[in-house]
Amino acid sequence: MNSNLVWIFISAMLVNNFTLYYFLGLCPFFGVSGRLKTAFRLGLATIFVMVITSLCVSFLNAFILPYAPYLRLISFIVVIASTVQFVEMVIKKLSPALFRALGIFLPLITTNCAILYLAISQTKADYSVIEGLVFAVGAGGGFTLALVLMAGLREEVELSNVPAMVKGTALNMIIAGILSLAFMGFAGLFSGT
Amino acid sequence: MTEVQLTISAGQQPSQPSSLRLVLTLGIAGLLSGFAIAGAYQITKPIIDANNARALEAAVFKVVPGSTRMRKLALRDGLLVPVAGDEPVTDPVVYGAYDDAGDFLGYAIEGAGSGFQDIIRLLYGYDPVRRCVIGLEILESRETPGLGDKIYKDAAFQANFEALSVEPPIVVVKDGRDADNEVDAITGATISSLAVVKIINTVTGAWLPDLPPPGEEPPAPPAEPDAPEQEQQGGER
Amino acid sequence: MNTPPDPGRLYREFAKGIWKENPVFVQVLGMCPMLAVTNSAINAVAMGAATAFVLIGSSFLVSLLRSFIPKQVRISTYIIIIATFVTVADFTLKAAVPSVHKELGAFIALIVVNCLILGRQEAFASRNSVRLAVADAIGMAAGFAFALLCLGATREILGSGSLFGHLLFGEHFEPWVIMVLPPGGFIMLGVILLFFGFLRERKIRRRTRVSEEAAS
Repeated sequence: MNSNLVWIFISAMLVNNFTLYYFLGLCPFFGVSGRLKTAFRLGLATIFVMVITSLCVSFLNAFILPYAPYLRLISFIVVIASTVQFVEMVIKKLSPALFRALGIFLPLITTNCAILYLAISQTKADYSVIEGLVFAVGAGGGFTLALVLMAGLREEVELSNVPAMVKGTALNMIIAGILSLAFMGFAGLFSGT
Repeated sequence: MTEVQLTISAGQQPSQPSSLRLVLTLGIAGLLSGFAIAGAYQITKPIIDANNARALEAAVFKVVPGSTRMRKLALRDGLLVPVAGDEPVTDPVVYGAYDDAGDFLGYAIEGAGSGFQDIIRLLYGYDPVRRCVIGLEILESRETPGLGDKIYKDAAFQANFEALSVEPPIVVVKDGRDADNEVDAITGATISSLAVVKIINTVTGAWLPDLPPPGEEPPAPPAEPDAPEQEQQGGER
Repeated sequence: MNTPPDPGRLYREFAKGIWKENPVFVQVLGMCPMLAVTNSAINAVAMGAATAFVLIGSSFLVSLLRSFIPKQVRISTYIIIIATFVTVADFTLKAAVPSVHKELGAFIALIVVNCLILGRQEAFASRNSVRLAVADAIGMAAGFAFALLCLGATREILGSGSLFGHLLFGEHFEPWVIMVLPPGGFIMLGVILLFFGFLRERKIRRRTRVSEEAAS
């Protein structure tokens, strides 16, 4: 059981990294990875939303969706949108400073496909509440890791002399490709032994 | 008409529409979408179920060579009992495979475990008389194309599972088979090969004590009156 | 508002999505499905078709209902409309082509959060007539599908040596496996974007040269 939890965590974070292996959450990944500090904060907010979503999805899967499987997608979307709204309200009340720092990125989490994918794959894999939580933290951690690595690289690249034609999205794509290549080395970390 | 004009002018005004109207709009949208989705679900569900059943049947017939009929068997209180194909069960399930005459040929057992990249789900045939694996089908995997995906694309690797003794437990070797319980690993995909073998060993180990002694398997399903017609449909597609 | 738009405008709204404002190559939208499902051409086509269905359907509805939907709840309403179309597409694909559905997996459901679709509703369909909205949606969908196909076909040719499942090269072709793996998606899209950057650069340079010649 414990090794299973560890496997879920490592698999979601490194081997099947949401961003670098499944291409999820690319909009914030390219949009917000300009500065290390904001990247890290957005990562934390995403982990938080993922954890709450995972709890709600466990609840939905246990009590509502067995009776109406066709409402799955809509109910997930509604849960995610309201979670984000809720988190936004709580942060605004508790810490206005953090709210200002996160700014536009908070509502943007709603359209982060990583969160919807988390909900769907948690359902598909039939995870228990605990497994779902571990999966959410692992996936969010993986997203944060990728975001922070990318932001660090981009801050460096900004200082170097790059032809105008290459600058921007094309260069970011290729950097992400190389990062993804590096993450492929994690495959096989947990199997066959 | 007047209503339309009213709403248009209301939309153009900067003032806040009443919250009742907001709730009403969302409610109506939700209701309509619920109807649309439920309708689409009702129409497509029988087709989807038939597709899934056909895919499962094809997989079972492949891993138990020679079989033409199957039935779902659930383990309840230490006994294998037949259940209907669409009945939801929480107990562990295997599939019994039978030939035309209704003679029992073997079990098709599903297993899953971590592979090189992600979960591998597979189905394998098990012959309780010879106590060996008689066929393997990978249902789901994300193994590396060109290397790990040979677990289902490489005929030579698949051939390992045509008569593979499960006692003593299956082992993976790298220099060709020379015992009944050995699997020759795919070059460059040892971990994927190991993962497949590990899943089969674990699942077989869990099932063996619960399977009835050979000869006492549940009987073949009663022949369905519309079976030939269904088969023809399957053949056309 | 009631006069039908002239055919020239309709055509312009349609054509801009394919090249000048191509959602992927120029606007860099909808990246997740773009990269995730383009390891073969057939997946790219299926994804393009599903996205087109959702985009055209929701643009039509949103534009039709644009005066009924209060501004405050418009995003939620759009998402409900989009999610409905996506669910229908999901069921239909599952029933009609189960093998393709299995390949695409959860990425069909993820069309809901494709920023391209919500973006078109917010930026175009909610403020234009039905005909224009549909023309725009068809153009954008075609542009998206075109980009998917470009990427899917290149990756499949390089990564598995085949196109739509037909082997292109002889026995001795060693496929460049990395291309059908995730890193290949990033790198290939980077290369394609590089090519578009090059085209843009050349156009600007040519234009400045022309204006310089005119000045001298």
